[in-house]
Amino acid sequence: MTARIGVVTFPGSLDDRDTQRAIRLAGAEPVALWHKDKDLKQVDAVVLPGGFSYGDYLRAGAISRFSPVMETVVEQAKAGLPVLGICNGFQVLTEAHLLPGAMLGNDHLHFICRDQKLRVENATTSWTSDYSEGQEIHIPLKNMDGRYVADQYTLDKLEAEGRVAFRYVDFNPNGSLNDIAGITNEAGNVVGLMPHPEHAVEPLVGTGRTDGLPFFTSILKKLVGA
Amino acid sequence: MSRTPLDTVEHATATPDVELPWAELGLKKDEYERVVEILGRRPTGAELAMYSVMWSEHCSYKSSKVHLRQFGEKAPQSDALLVGIGENAGVVDVGHGYAVTFKVESHNHPSYVEPYQGAATGVGGIVRDIIAMGARPVAVVDPLRFGAADHPDTKRVLPGVVAGIGGYGNCLGLPNIGGEVVFDSCYQGNPLVNAGAIGVMRHEDIHLAKASGAGNKVILYGARTGGDGIGGASILASETFDDAKPSKRPAVQVGDPFQEKLLIECTLEAFKEKLVVGIQDLGAAGLSCATSELASNGSGGMRVTLDDVPLRDSTLSPEEILMSESQERMCAVVEPDKVDRFLEICEKWDVIATVIGEVTDGDRLEIYWHGGKIVDVDPRTVAHDGPVYERPYARPSWQDELQADDANKLPRPETSEELKDQVLKLVASPNQASKAWITSQYDHFVQGNTVLAQPEDSGMIRVDEETGLGVAIATDGNGRYAKLDPYAGAQLALAEAYRNVATTGAKPLAVSDCLNFGSPEDPAVMWQFAEAVRGLADACQQLGTPVTGGNVSLYNQTGEVAIHPTPVVAVLGVIDDVARRTPVAFQEEGQLLYLLGDTHEEFGGSAWSQVIHDHLGGLPPQVDLERERLLAEILISASRDGMIDSAHDLSDGGLIQAVVESALLGGKGARLVVPDGLDAFTFLLSESAGRAVVAVPRSEEVRFNDMCGARGLPVTRIGVVDGDSVEVQGEFALSLDELRTAHEGTIPALLA
Repeated sequence: MTARIGVVTFPGSLDDRDTQRAIRLAGAEPVALWHKDKDLKQVDAVVLPGGFSYGDYLRAGAISRFSPVMETVVEQAKAGLPVLGICNGFQVLTEAHLLPGAMLGNDHLHFICRDQKLRVENATTSWTSDYSEGQEIHIPLKNMDGRYVADQYTLDKLEAEGRVAFRYVDFNPNGSLNDIAGITNEAGNVVGLMPHPEHAVEPLVGTGRTDGLPFFTSILKKLVGA
Repeated sequence: MSRTPLDTVEHATATPDVELPWAELGLKKDEYERVVEILGRRPTGAELAMYSVMWSEHCSYKSSKVHLRQFGEKAPQSDALLVGIGENAGVVDVGHGYAVTFKVESHNHPSYVEPYQGAATGVGGIVRDIIAMGARPVAVVDPLRFGAADHPDTKRVLPGVVAGIGGYGNCLGLPNIGGEVVFDSCYQGNPLVNAGAIGVMRHEDIHLAKASGAGNKVILYGARTGGDGIGGASILASETFDDAKPSKRPAVQVGDPFQEKLLIECTLEAFKEKLVVGIQDLGAAGLSCATSELASNGSGGMRVTLDDVPLRDSTLSPEEILMSESQERMCAVVEPDKVDRFLEICEKWDVIATVIGEVTDGDRLEIYWHGGKIVDVDPRTVAHDGPVYERPYARPSWQDELQADDANKLPRPETSEELKDQVLKLVASPNQASKAWITSQYDHFVQGNTVLAQPEDSGMIRVDEETGLGVAIATDGNGRYAKLDPYAGAQLALAEAYRNVATTGAKPLAVSDCLNFGSPEDPAVMWQFAEAVRGLADACQQLGTPVTGGNVSLYNQTGEVAIHPTPVVAVLGVIDDVARRTPVAFQEEGQLLYLLGDTHEEFGGSAWSQVIHDHLGGLPPQVDLERERLLAEILISASRDGMIDSAHDLSDGGLIQAVVESALLGGKGARLVVPDGLDAFTFLLSESAGRAVVAVPRSEEVRFNDMCGARGLPVTRIGVVDGDSVEVQGEFALSLDELRTAHEGTIPALLA
């Protein structure tokens, strides 16, 4: 019995199929979820994938958070359902207030696509337990609105509680405060990050590294105790 | 615009003397007279609108057709070709039941007027061509050419073009895996924004643009029709720019990539359920093109009610609706009992879909508006029987003088120090410098199948996860070579793209081209065009790679001054297992560097002659297509059998440029020795074609040499991967840090 991990497709989601592949490669069963459908099909965890949902025309993630599927995701995340938001998915999570802060346009005003060095700051969440704290990894980054911001109180709280999950190393690609690349909620079941672990799961494609696979093996181990 | 009373067919017949604005719509007098002759009466306003856009240079290929026929006449026998020239894009068999469709197009003129939207909609247009064949788009490439890198207008045009390509392609979820960025003052005021796309499908999914089966419904779906891009094909793409005329900005379309992403998904879902009989995208000439081409290619006629077209602007006249080039629209022909399901899928994806007409058993295209018949034509006369011109052409008077101005006689560096300085200057020059600042604005990871992307020699995409089957694509063109000799220049463009595909380990299969030239009304330009087409067709025949489709962009000139003739050639290749691909970067210290092919003193049109002497003259490198084929076979075999760990083709900038790129990408230096019989300058900077440099693990040295020897390919050991500098023994050494600063600093300094 393996874990069933749902991947939501919003209109304009781009990395939904890639994320399903990463889940499969990690040994779990990917389940396609549709934005208009409140039913999560009894999955054990959910990934909100990257892309430009609704074209990011209003503000990244701002419309998707109101989709029917998000009602259930928010409700169940609060009850402990593991949720990972990647890039646009992270933006949806902040818009839905499952994670604090917000994402602004990159400070250099360009889309940026690069192999980004990160440091794992919290290896205790549902999605990061297969890493070790302080581990440095390379994960592809590609976005237009990746600049993480929050008020000082929130930042201090995130830092004090160890809820900064990933930090940019050597180069801050977008002007994120405190070099923040990803964060977790207090319970550690909801994690959001701008870089794309699903693009670093096979040695042959993407950057040629597999540094992103532990996201998916972490959750699998948590769910099935493998 | 709307006339009272409505200009119906009946009205046109009754009022033969009404003057129509055919000249304003871009038609010549004799062309208008031909329309009258075809119809046996004056056209209605709507008919005139249709003929004017469909008979434009952009849509009808009226100046180029007589030459382009050679691509068919000289097409080599190829088992791989499933769909050839004439459809939205060619389709090639890549094995295991998979087919690949690909094409390159131009969006030059709109991108100069409005860089962001021009370039963005260029991506959108080529992607719809790929969907229309039944394929899922899997990658895009963008060959770009701009004016001088330090010219102020380049700073206006380039960032907009790059942002437009990224903004559209990234939002569609298509990895951008290749292309080129070239600077030359000849493109000042006439940037070349070409866009290519690749799609993958199963053989049985191939769809064609034809309307057959009387009673089948014609469904328009996607974006609403607005007033943007009216006359884009006729007014914008088919004339030269003239400062005296008013701004042409309203003729540029505005893109909505989100809508296009929905269009992709909903179209593919409809294909999957086999709901579509025929399909056509709406690009240049909008509904005029889609309806006339679908009807013309099918067995029957078509009746369309224009009132049913969903509009963004309710004040549009029927002529404007027919000419609008609003983006993100497609037209499908669907059997009546499948219409409901088709509309349901569109609704699932929030895509507006409307039945606007049906296929009839007649042979006329009839269009109605407010109950009146405003178009009644034989669709073939609109779509296919446009004017054909035998434009006069003549070898320009200056060609001999240009060729006599021999670049091999330019002063060469006299000392090692001078050679070193020139090498450093070359790798930092805008054309040779790293384009990472540009390509990092494109997503090349999305879809998770990108095996190679720029700056690799070709982009490579995995098609099948089980077997590792993949496809590779490279685009190349060198306007400087083509200016010196258009026949050879076109062949060199093909040779380079062919070589680039083979260098990564893929077997070249087929060709698409984008032919960018000046005004066909200038006999000198027409001669360049004729020579380039002849050269490309001959070379495709010899290399066994058929042209599957492409695009011609004329009128790329300002006043009397045309751009360099610039045939851009895309070659598509297949690789059985992408795990065997060969990258550019040096992999391991100690590996031996071999130069494959012959090096002659060839500096005509070279990067060296441009950067050091600002010179263009002499003859381009010699073309030896049999050598190219042999080199490709060796590179593919060596890749398949694991004999080489990295490879790089040699082209502009010569050997040193290739070695520097491999070194910087791999983070490993090289020690080079000038081979016997060559001087250091020629060894490093000549641009002889048919060459590549490869890194061979020591364990494979004997086997690799034996293979080259047995097949008669000249191979010269030139050094070893080693250290943290690029050293040419007895001449100079440049540290990787110094090279990196020079190579990577230029473009950001100019544009960031």
